[in-house]
Amino acid sequence: MSDAQGTLLLKNEHDVVLVRQLVRQLTMDAAFSLVDQTKFVTAASEIGRNVIVYGKGGEMHWEKLRVGDRNGLRLCFKDQGPGIADLEKAMTDGWSSGNGLGMGLPGARRLVNEFDVQTSPGEGTCVSLTRWK
Amino acid sequence: MSIQRIPILKLESYLLVTIQVDMDDTVAEALQEDLTERLSQTGSAGVLIDISAVYIVDSFIGRMIGNIAAMSRLFGATTVVVGMQPAVAITLVELGLSFNGVLTALNVDKGMERLRQAVEAVDIG
Repeated sequence: MSDAQGTLLLKNEHDVVLVRQLVRQLTMDAAFSLVDQTKFVTAASEIGRNVIVYGKGGEMHWEKLRVGDRNGLRLCFKDQGPGIADLEKAMTDGWSSGNGLGMGLPGARRLVNEFDVQTSPGEGTCVSLTRWK
Repeated sequence: MSIQRIPILKLESYLLVTIQVDMDDTVAEALQEDLTERLSQTGSAGVLIDISAVYIVDSFIGRMIGNIAAMSRLFGATTVVVGMQPAVAITLVELGLSFNGVLTALNVDKGMERLRQAVEAVDIG
């Protein structure tokens, strides 16, 4: 894949599979180690699912990064859902607003190098995940 | 649109599930339902879940596995998960998924051994 960036629309449950497949290909392009590939794809799967299940759909923008001779990959997940009312709580292990185990956000954060969340009630959520080789 | 269903096979007196597709949530839920149904019908004492072809286990899939183990227990059956890839194991630990109450083994052979031991223990106890 030679494109440097792109966007994947996230509409229904099956799109989480597309997220995993696309991000896996991107991590392979960036020559991440197998463990780093697995961690990053898993993080993308967590956040991608949030967009679809909680965010009522949205999109994932991906971008290949290069700083010096360092390869990286950034994913930005955006949705127009209800937003996260209490971000601090959501970033705590074990808390969940659904019937999940609540490890989506804090878990994903541990799996990547850089993690950022922008959210407010009624304004949707934007989560950015970055991994460097 | 029909949901893809993962086949459940019989291995000795146990049930064997080999996951070879990238599952979406609907497929995972269908598997849980199908296994519940089969356990109820067959009264099988054990379930073997082969995840050696699974390269990504996120919290939803992890939860599904935990649910299957808990549900099997309600039917008096033991669940053993086999073939977890090292990268998956490392990621699951980092994710914070504990897999409590889920037995694991390296491969199907060892998994069958584990199942036989566990079933024997239940019988004796």
